[in-house]
Amino acid sequence: MRSYLDFEKPVAELEAKVEELRAMAQSGNAVSVGDEIGRLEAKAAAALKDIYSDLTPWQKTQVARHPQRPHCLEYIAGMITDFVPLAGDRKYGEDEAIVGGFGRFNGESICVIGHEKGSATESRLKHNFGMARPEGYRKAVRLMELADRFDIPVLALVDTAGAYPGIGAEERGQAEAIARSTEACLGLCVPNVAVILGEGGSGGAIAIATANRVLMLEHAVYSVISPEGAASILWRDTSRAQDAATNMKITATDLDRFGIIDRIVPEPLGGAHRDPPAAIAATAEAITEAFSELRGLSREIVRRQRQDKFLAIGRDLD
Amino acid sequence: MNWLTNVVRPKIRSFLNRRDTPENLWIKCPETGQLVFYKDVEANQFVIPSSNYHMRMSATVRLKSMFDGETWLDLAVREVATDPLKFRDEQRYIDRLRDARAKTNLNDAVKLGLGKLDGMPVVIAVQDFDFMGGSLGMAAAEAVITGLETAVDRGTPFIIFAASGGARMQEGILSLMQLPRTTVAVQKMRESCKPYIVVLTNPTTGGVTASYAMLGDVHIAEPGALIGFAGPRVIEQTIREKLPEGFQRAEYLKDHGMVDMVVHRRKLRATLSDLCRILTKAPPPRARANLPARVKA
Repeated sequence: MRSYLDFEKPVAELEAKVEELRAMAQSGNAVSVGDEIGRLEAKAAAALKDIYSDLTPWQKTQVARHPQRPHCLEYIAGMITDFVPLAGDRKYGEDEAIVGGFGRFNGESICVIGHEKGSATESRLKHNFGMARPEGYRKAVRLMELADRFDIPVLALVDTAGAYPGIGAEERGQAEAIARSTEACLGLCVPNVAVILGEGGSGGAIAIATANRVLMLEHAVYSVISPEGAASILWRDTSRAQDAATNMKITATDLDRFGIIDRIVPEPLGGAHRDPPAAIAATAEAITEAFSELRGLSREIVRRQRQDKFLAIGRDLD
Repeated sequence: MNWLTNVVRPKIRSFLNRRDTPENLWIKCPETGQLVFYKDVEANQFVIPSSNYHMRMSATVRLKSMFDGETWLDLAVREVATDPLKFRDEQRYIDRLRDARAKTNLNDAVKLGLGKLDGMPVVIAVQDFDFMGGSLGMAAAEAVITGLETAVDRGTPFIIFAASGGARMQEGILSLMQLPRTTVAVQKMRESCKPYIVVLTNPTTGGVTASYAMLGDVHIAEPGALIGFAGPRVIEQTIREKLPEGFQRAEYLKDHGMVDMVVHRRKLRATLSDLCRILTKAPPPRARANLPARVKA
């Protein structure tokens, strides 16, 4: 069953009609419905194209959070071969909001670290909806250190509403864990590429997204605080989330304009959730290209490039 | 800074500034509710004598309380774009900035000084909570970076007094980018092998703790300071439970291994001076510069 977002209603209605006609045709009590199905399908596709060519920032937020949008583990399954997941921060525990391990990408060794939101109730709980605790970031640091020592590039797949705000997380130093993880990214002497798959939520995202190359899916969003959070703080009214989404400039196009991301990965028509394999293939292609740009650089240059790149962000804006 | 901000603003400010008016003769202790004579609090480094409640200190007063002779060199900070998002909530961001500048007489939330602490050259940065909640945006981060880079260039320790509600939301994603940006500068500081000391003051939360404020070589907290990543309100709303007593306070962070010590403001200067000297293998100061008996606002 496909789930539709509120603004996809015209498409939902047309596609429901197509389904109805198909069912009628199958039960054999219809005259010729083939033409009608074709006509409706074309109409639905046109409506979808129309809607998706001009999504508002708030609508993009909804697409980025779509329950059927492919998540980190689907990308790993689709892009990485021989994946060996590793667990634990060796300090306190294992946090499944961040998954990570080593495998092969295009046949070459790679370290993958990413937020996993889960895709059904049970897995969502298991992965804490992709909201990591300090252990998650400390595991990320541990994997980055391994990757650096073995001279293996790092791929970060970012999809989180943010780091988890809870008593235990604070008690065990959530802020410090995030800061150390960002620092670990900046200290890497191997190339790293980050992809914002869905939501890039604040410190919880930047902790692994401080990369030589930062890519972002067309309908992903990346921001310092969720639109709801901003609305509650700045307008004292969570219903102003739409305004907050618009004013905060959170879309891939905005971030590209500010020089914060290096590349936008196009999504299939109607969003990644309509055709996950196509979305994953396009992402893999963009990642391949990003890593190839960093190939052959010395370890010191790789690190310096990343530092200089971040220091330069915003310096030429006016 | 131009002549307008330097010359005209302070005059307007002194006209607007009501701190010294009789209205402020007495202040209320936020902890006990007791009324205290403002002059007594001022004379006690803005610590309420009866309750030991540490009040916020303005950036200028803080610098005065640290540097020998209450003098230092202001460091020039690279100019940044003012309002790249053209942000507007209930008010325009540029108006908020203008108001904050008039209110604090600061250019942004971080003020820098290069001076001497018991004779030893140090760079000190102070985050002023009165400037839009000490929030971290491009200008504040640029000041932190300049402070760290100056310390690296001159081979001095770097001390930062952190106070912040977090990232400056009016700068959107650009404020988030200040986490890695300041962290780059912290890494350069580490490579210089000179001490980087963070003093966490009330309150330090959000993006500031998730970057330079938790990456110091030594973390000192002022008594009772609220320190954490997520604000208590957000946590309460998420877990729908009442938070334990003392949660996210300086003493709690010490118990949980996140800060080295909780130091009363009275002893702060001597502690910082000792740390800087011991970590740089410098001999003890010949004579402790006399502590300013009273730091005037």
